[in-house]
Amino acid sequence: MDLRRYTEPFFENLIKVCGYSSGFVVLLIVIFLFREGISFFNFSPVEKGYSLWVHSNNPVKKLEPAQIKDIFDQKITNWKSIGGKDEPIHLLSFDELSQAYSPTQLGPKFEHLPRCLDSFMDSLPGTIGFFPEAQTVGQLKTAREVEVDKIALSKFLTDTEWFPTSRPAARMGVMPLLLGTMLVSFFAILFALPLGLAASIYLAEIADERVRKILKPIIELLAGIPSVVYGFFGLVVIVPFVQDAFNLPVGETALSGSIVLAIMALPTIITVSEDALRTTPRSMKEASLALGASQWQTIRKVIVPYAASGITAAAILGIGRAIGETMAALMVTGNSAIMPHSLLQPVRTIPATIAAELGEAPYDGLHFKALFALGCVLFFITLIINLLVERVSAKR
Amino acid sequence: MIFPESNERRKKLGQAIMFGIARGISYGIVGLLLLILFFIAKQGMGVVNWQYLTSMPTDGMTKGGIYPAIVGTLYLVGGSMLFAFPVGVMAGIYVNEYAKEGALKRFVKTMTNNLAGVPSIIFGLFGMALFVNQMGFGASIIAGSLTLGLLALPIVIRTTEESLKSVDDTFRQASYALGASKLYTIRKVVLPIALPNILTGLILAVGRVSGETAPILFTVAAYFLPKLPSSIMDQCMALPYHLYVISTSGTQIEASRPMAYGTAFVLVAIVLIVNIIAALLRNYFGKKVKMN
Repeated sequence: MDLRRYTEPFFENLIKVCGYSSGFVVLLIVIFLFREGISFFNFSPVEKGYSLWVHSNNPVKKLEPAQIKDIFDQKITNWKSIGGKDEPIHLLSFDELSQAYSPTQLGPKFEHLPRCLDSFMDSLPGTIGFFPEAQTVGQLKTAREVEVDKIALSKFLTDTEWFPTSRPAARMGVMPLLLGTMLVSFFAILFALPLGLAASIYLAEIADERVRKILKPIIELLAGIPSVVYGFFGLVVIVPFVQDAFNLPVGETALSGSIVLAIMALPTIITVSEDALRTTPRSMKEASLALGASQWQTIRKVIVPYAASGITAAAILGIGRAIGETMAALMVTGNSAIMPHSLLQPVRTIPATIAAELGEAPYDGLHFKALFALGCVLFFITLIINLLVERVSAKR
Repeated sequence: MIFPESNERRKKLGQAIMFGIARGISYGIVGLLLLILFFIAKQGMGVVNWQYLTSMPTDGMTKGGIYPAIVGTLYLVGGSMLFAFPVGVMAGIYVNEYAKEGALKRFVKTMTNNLAGVPSIIFGLFGMALFVNQMGFGASIIAGSLTLGLLALPIVIRTTEESLKSVDDTFRQASYALGASKLYTIRKVVLPIALPNILTGLILAVGRVSGETAPILFTVAAYFLPKLPSSIMDQCMALPYHLYVISTSGTQIEASRPMAYGTAFVLVAIVLIVNIIAALLRNYFGKKVKMN
């Protein structure tokens, strides 16, 4: 009895602590996600430990990551087109430098690299080079380091290219991934909503109790099947089917993703909208029937309008699930991070990008942080969707 | 052909057509879902045998079995429940029994609801940032278990709360009238009645956790390990990740296809059995509680 005087408060406090801390888990997730994600914007897009050099007389002082990529892809070939002198751009590679100068000139440990670089720049003023900072910074006379802007939030959200590992400067724009995610999820709901709604009407209003008792648990059971299994099924059945049906070079397309995500969203949509349909008061149904309306007319004119907000909530919830779905999207959408133009081309969703690239991104580097920033974008989208669902269902 | 009932008849016909469509779609959906299960069962059944379940993968995962993946999944499920079950049940007790109506209770409830809506890949990112890097666990069973445990937490909290709510208040009052303290009442009266339903929640959480892939990608899962993990700081293989790996990457995707079917079958079987047990438990005990 005495002992309990000490154990009871202990356990009661433990219970309270568990309660509070469960409430704080979401906040903890937000803090960590954003701490890593926001630091992305403090990184230079140029590969760590390297910098870009041009001739000191070159009027171009600053370059955008997009311009750098175009220069190194040789899409921009003259300094004039980016605000410099009318001079062809020469891309200086390390190989070229070691061909132009003998090993003794460069030095066995490349200690004379700055001098060689200086003389090369002098002979060809249109040169741009990409060299390790350790052997260049503060040691060059005729060359000047090009400033590269950090990737701004607005650029991150609107840029249409996602080349996180391109050298010398990465391009990281969310747009292709965001549009890919939206495209796949939107069509998934477009396929799933009419079917799910019909099934929920059948289960709620038409089916015998006996039939319903069999169908409902099966549908609920299917919500429990892991997404990786749906992804696998999509890979071995849906993907070849789409490829054959539309005569495509690859079957991993946005359409395959939409179909698989639609199948996955069905249980959610059916369960939530059936619950909504069931909340229609009996008196309203009976009033409609008493006025001579058929059962179908009652469903169409009374029950569905009454449950409209619940059905909307089901649709939004379904979109939310589809947007956040990782494994199935990763396995069947083809993973190509380009701006989507049609349903029949490979796309890539935000969660799939995180899943595919985080394992390869060097820890704490620019790419790593960029994926956390993507996570923040995804979190925002799902947060908005959750709030919308709450708002819509609260209206009832 | 104008009869007074013609309108009536058209109405009936329209209704019959619409009902037929709705019924057709419903059966179609259930049929499609059963077809998926049947397809996986048919393809996987031929592969799965005792040897497949108990041997290591060999020949670049085109032969052999999935023993390490099964063991890894068991570790992860066990580890995550070791964390999520006590914390979740206590949080559920807090919300239903201790928290007073007001801002704090609303805060905890809203936050756990939001937690349930967070995409699983975000749990993966978080687990990597906190457990793997910040706390220095590295990719390990403990990091993966904690990540999965957080994911299961809202499920356990919600079912605990619902189960406690369904316990009639007269039980509590009777216990208080006999002079029992609040905690004693919860421990000896409320929890025993609610326990079966709480266990149902636990089982559902096990089903969910055993199939999750995204949270373990970066916190624990290994592509291939030649031996079983020897401590909680080791990486391990896991069934869902194994299925992902052998069906999408590697040079011998076609050769390892049968292995993939087998893995998918085992995974689906585990999840379905777990869910069916939960449903049966709920049916069985659900009736029993109501009788009291």
